[in-house]
Amino acid sequence: MSLATQTAAGRTENFRVTRSRRNVVWTGAGALIVVVVLAFFPYIVYSGTTAILVQAFIVLTVASMWNLLAGYAGLVSVGQQAFVGLGAYFVLILALHGLSPFAALPIAAIGSGVAALPLWWLVSRLRSGYFAIATWVLAATIMLIIEKFTSIGGGSGMPLPGFTGMNPTLLTAYTYWAGLIVTVLALAGIYLLLRGRLGLVLTAVRDDEVAARSSGSRVGLARLLVFVVAGVGCGAAGAVLAISQLQVQPSAVFSIQWTAEMAFATIIGGLGTIEGPIIGTVVYMVLQQTLQSYNAWYLIILGLVAMAVALFARRGLWGLVDERLNIRLFPVGYWLRPGKQGGP
Amino acid sequence: MAWVNAIIQGILTGGLYALFACGLSLMFGVMKVVNLAHGDLAVVAGYIAIGVITVTHVPVLWSVVIVVPVMAVLGYVLQRTLIQSSLDRGVLTTLIVTFGLSVVIENGLLQFFTANSRGIGAEMTLVTSSFKIGSQIEIAYLLLLIFAVAVAVLLGLQYFLSRSKYGRLIRAVADDKEAAQLAGADYRHVFGIAAAVAFGTVALGGIAFGMYSDLDPTTGTDTILLFAFAAVVIGGLGSLWGTLLGGVVLGVAQQIGAQINISDELLAGFIVFLVVLVLRPQGLISRRAPS
Repeated sequence: MSLATQTAAGRTENFRVTRSRRNVVWTGAGALIVVVVLAFFPYIVYSGTTAILVQAFIVLTVASMWNLLAGYAGLVSVGQQAFVGLGAYFVLILALHGLSPFAALPIAAIGSGVAALPLWWLVSRLRSGYFAIATWVLAATIMLIIEKFTSIGGGSGMPLPGFTGMNPTLLTAYTYWAGLIVTVLALAGIYLLLRGRLGLVLTAVRDDEVAARSSGSRVGLARLLVFVVAGVGCGAAGAVLAISQLQVQPSAVFSIQWTAEMAFATIIGGLGTIEGPIIGTVVYMVLQQTLQSYNAWYLIILGLVAMAVALFARRGLWGLVDERLNIRLFPVGYWLRPGKQGGP
Repeated sequence: MAWVNAIIQGILTGGLYALFACGLSLMFGVMKVVNLAHGDLAVVAGYIAIGVITVTHVPVLWSVVIVVPVMAVLGYVLQRTLIQSSLDRGVLTTLIVTFGLSVVIENGLLQFFTANSRGIGAEMTLVTSSFKIGSQIEIAYLLLLIFAVAVAVLLGLQYFLSRSKYGRLIRAVADDKEAAQLAGADYRHVFGIAAAVAFGTVALGGIAFGMYSDLDPTTGTDTILLFAFAAVVIGGLGSLWGTLLGGVVLGVAQQIGAQINISDELLAGFIVFLVVLVLRPQGLISRRAPS
């Protein structure tokens, strides 16, 4: 895309509208290399390491979804654990009916997305803070309803069937790959969505909702789409969680801790950038691994850091990097760059 | 008669929920802050009361005289520092900061005071005794007292907001803080006063819940925040007496649910909340539209 502007002196200056300030091919190639290297991890590292990485994949996926909700669509949901739980329970239910949990994973993700539609209808009536607590109430309600079904374990949950007789090494590797695929698809999906029409509408809403509405942006539809995509992503993460834990327990999968983790990772890394949740997940995993013998301390520290970041460094760690080095690995915005002399 | 009993119990627990809800409603009405740490602060108040009672051996109800001012001061300080600076940065930051506060408080309590649940004054005759009407209806003195306190608090809040100097300032600032500022009211200080009042009610709610049931670190979010919020939405956003109506509706729904099946108490309450959200999103008492 290019455009010409007439300056006061009458001289024609050319600008190019670009996605990125640097060449994005290199980051694309870099991302591809990282994914390929990660894909070979089950062959080169111990299963303890892949188990930790699966946890990181789950956190990164849900954090990216929360970032899409809060950072791009302005929807602060405190009830995303509803979808983590639904994803886990969809896998459990399908596995109880004889389906392989891995085959159940995509169905669970789509099922969570479908479940997001009626839930959106309920909570979309409320704005900002009340929206936040309403999603929380919804998550609590869904957990209470699921606990009523004793055939899927009631209040105490049950182990995930479908893996009996499977080689444990193979199971660990498959779980790892499932987590990796879910994360890559989640990040790629968000990136492509935000580069498309949806990204434009959300940017317009962020800058001025009334102006966006009056110029014909379908704001409600955009928010609905974001909520459903976040439902699919968190559902897929919940499915990976069920497979990696080999059991589903209502109080664990529907824990508010999930929202705490996804929100804190996103805020610390940088809200409203795709890179933010990645950095945040790294910080989260490092803290969680170093402080895991001190019980709840990692959440306390994460919470304090997230509050400090929200108040004093609003663009998060990635914002600090971006300010100094001026880079975006996953550019979704537009930039005006001076073009070559002599026209387009 | 069992059903009549359930309804009476529900109405009385509604007073407790109104006590949870009025602070949330006040802070939203005045500062447009939805304080996600609301419930956890109530638990903190309850824990402070337990500490005060254990250390000083004052009678249980006297702890109110100490805890309410302590929480009010905490409210003023928190409003002037953390909440005000997040308000200056926007709604999103306010939600993130209060959510962070909630998680930090909850896990801090868990870390320092374990997950054990504790009650307040469990051996007191006030807490354990009740009187009977007929053979089926049994009313606990404590619940009756809590209901009376809730009504008194709401009456006090109404009088405070409509008659007192600070009440007028709070209403002025809630309407238009810039205009109030121009007229010489320091809106930050007024916000602090409103937060102090709200935190005072939070303290009462925490102590009342500790006497009625048990407090543990997760009570703040699982019970107090969600019930307070449900009561606010059912009653109508921004309506003071709506919180009492909402609390009563929530309480009655829970007790009727428990009457049907003892494990359905919470679910019935939330389902009524969702039904109100669908059929009457502005709440049962809706504040008149701003002209």
